[in-house]
Amino acid sequence: MTITEIVINGIGLGLIGLIVWYFWLYRREGIQIGETDGLQEATINVKGGYNPDVIVVKRDKPVRLHFNRQESSLCSEMVIFDYENISARLPEGQTVTVEFTPQKAGEIGFQCQMGMLRGKVIVQ
Amino acid sequence: MQKEIEYDEKVTITPTDDETAAHQREYASLMRKFWFALLIGIPVMLVAYPEIPWLYLPNLFVPESSEALIRSLFVLSGVATLSVMAYSGRQFFTGAWAAFRHHSADMNTLIALGTSAAWIYSTVALVVPGIFPSGTANPFYDVTAIVTALVVLGQALEVRAKGQTSQAIRKLLDLQAKTARVLRAGHEIEIPVEAVLVGDVVVVRPGEKIPVDGEILEGRSSIDESMVTGESLPVDKVPGDEVIGATVNTTGSFKFKATKVGKDTALAQIVKMVQDAMGSKAPIARLVDVVSSYFVPAVMIISILTFLAWFNFGPNQALAYAVVTAVTVLIIACPCAVGMAVPMSLVAGVGKGAEHGVLIRNGEALQSASRLEILVLDKTGTITRGKPGLTDVLPAAGFQANELLFYAASADQLSEHPLAQAIVQAARNQGQELAEPSEFEAVPGHGVSTVVGEKKVLVGNRKLMERYQIDALPVQTDVENLQGEGKTAMYVAVDGIIAGVVAVADTIKDDSVQAIRVMREMGLEVVMLTGDNLRTAQAIARQVGIQRVLADVLPEDKAREVHMLRQGGKKVGMVGDGINDAPALVEADIGFAIGTGTDVAIEAADITLMSGSLKGVAYAIEISKATMQNARQSLFGAFVYNTAGIPIAAGVLFPFFGILLSPLLAGAAMAASSVTVITNANRLRFFKAKSFAETA
Repeated sequence: MTITEIVINGIGLGLIGLIVWYFWLYRREGIQIGETDGLQEATINVKGGYNPDVIVVKRDKPVRLHFNRQESSLCSEMVIFDYENISARLPEGQTVTVEFTPQKAGEIGFQCQMGMLRGKVIVQ
Repeated sequence: MQKEIEYDEKVTITPTDDETAAHQREYASLMRKFWFALLIGIPVMLVAYPEIPWLYLPNLFVPESSEALIRSLFVLSGVATLSVMAYSGRQFFTGAWAAFRHHSADMNTLIALGTSAAWIYSTVALVVPGIFPSGTANPFYDVTAIVTALVVLGQALEVRAKGQTSQAIRKLLDLQAKTARVLRAGHEIEIPVEAVLVGDVVVVRPGEKIPVDGEILEGRSSIDESMVTGESLPVDKVPGDEVIGATVNTTGSFKFKATKVGKDTALAQIVKMVQDAMGSKAPIARLVDVVSSYFVPAVMIISILTFLAWFNFGPNQALAYAVVTAVTVLIIACPCAVGMAVPMSLVAGVGKGAEHGVLIRNGEALQSASRLEILVLDKTGTITRGKPGLTDVLPAAGFQANELLFYAASADQLSEHPLAQAIVQAARNQGQELAEPSEFEAVPGHGVSTVVGEKKVLVGNRKLMERYQIDALPVQTDVENLQGEGKTAMYVAVDGIIAGVVAVADTIKDDSVQAIRVMREMGLEVVMLTGDNLRTAQAIARQVGIQRVLADVLPEDKAREVHMLRQGGKKVGMVGDGINDAPALVEADIGFAIGTGTDVAIEAADITLMSGSLKGVAYAIEISKATMQNARQSLFGAFVYNTAGIPIAAGVLFPFFGILLSPLLAGAAMAASSVTVITNANRLRFFKAKSFAETA
């Protein structure tokens, strides 16, 4: 094996390691959202993903999430929560509000209809 | 002080955006991108295959193309392709970058990586060919341009097909009247339907659409409610009756008071419910969730492994092979087809249900309904009409049937007893002219005694006959048979002679027999549940073809019976009228509420039928089965496509058969696969149900 071959193989394997770490192993920290008048409110921008995509809230207090879709790609047209069958259509350029009161601690995922864009609400 | 706010468990505020317009804009934009990519892509492809002389136009003009000419054509190709990436493929790169920032990867990532890898390799090969082993420094800009064109075309077709899949909502919204004629300060004015207020008096003329929900104040008419309830026959309405917005008035005119407007109307609620269901998730999609969260990074890893395998073990020009196969792997993988399979079928199936007045709450309900094994039907009001109707007219010797009915109905006219009313109604429905009775006397617990014309007529039970010493023996067998069928038999005597018997019973709805037959054909065990005695229940059960009867069940015990059936390990559905059956509906795996048109917000039910017909239940199960089958086909197809396509793209067939997939073909296959999934879902739009087939 030549030096070039060793280097190229090394880069390849390194890239695989990076992919595994970056997409699967990396743990993101959530954004704790503030509380006003007992209401936990946050705006989530939707463009190729949810920003912020990990939100930390307290249980038994109403959560109000304002989704603002800023793209025309149909992928993000719907947001679906794996909680109480909540879903909402997100017309481009409009703000759509989703509201719920989580009853117990844990994670509530939300995603586009095809599961490509993902986010979660961490309930403490 | 803390502000007091009331919250519902969940509130989703869905704006009424014109989705169709958004889809059309997106389609037009994608098509522009496609044409641009194609226009550039074709000459770029001609340049890329100089060995095909009939495609290589410069050959026609410059007979001996020099190396310098080819090189400058490639440079032109490279620049032109860059513009394709910047314009037509822009969304792949912005999408991929946005996803990358969120530590995720999607279809955009794959296409962006694939097309840019091809472009970068080509450019390096063109600029510094010396760094590559001999024979491998071949640019292939055509892959970038043509694959971008194909994938964009696929997306455009996807947008269009998606619009068709969800057109059920569009159809529902189109039912809405645009204007309403209301009385304001004594004047009749026409206003937009959005401006109608609760309490407004609305005027409806023949042939007009009813704008909002309300209650008739004056006038009468027959109303075609088929668009909301699925019932094909117009319904007669008189003052006090409810009317539903979006239904169509036939011949009469009337005024009604608006009781529900805007988002409270039955139609608005139906639209909301259908939209929610379309956006929900079927449990089968959970598997997809797991797969799709690993899918794209896994494909990236496979692409790198493919590159390394070819690079290390490939034949001559291994580097060129390595790059092409790695790019092909990235391009052929189609996470969209996997992700879209279930949602697309769900949208089509839920929409199809709504067209027939079947409102499926969510994907979970749809999936469970497709797996039901036992279906429990409440008898009264579900299988039967829930009110008595005339069933038999059996004259004794010397009397005709219509003569017997004439006497019985005429005599009963002044009676308020529901059984008597049923006889009068039936005679009128048959077009009989009834005579005015005189000397009417109601004998409590016995029947009536009156004079019709010149004749003394008695209608009542056996005790009445005994009281007037009528010999009822000639009709005794008939009476016993009728009672055996669970019917109430009434003796009729004319001038002291027995004239025959008429029987009244809760009658079976016209389409119950067909609906139950369809249910049984689908392999469901149909069980009748009723508070009636066994004999009456069995009589009805025999007529509709039900073998298993649970009789003498108190209303509060219905849920327990359903629970017992579930203990057997089978999936149990319960059909009821939604109010007193609510606990049983909740207890069942799937609760079907048979509504009567307006009350669509029956919380206890998983599936709500706007019409009162059992056909709706059979249809709901049929469409659920069809939808789940459709979803499974698409899902299976998408999995097979990817699990076969990716290895082929990686070149597993090459060592055995020398077959290597062209990245252009991979691009076409990828675009086709997601379009196929949507097209398959669209097939559900043409689904023909047995439950609505015309009976021979």
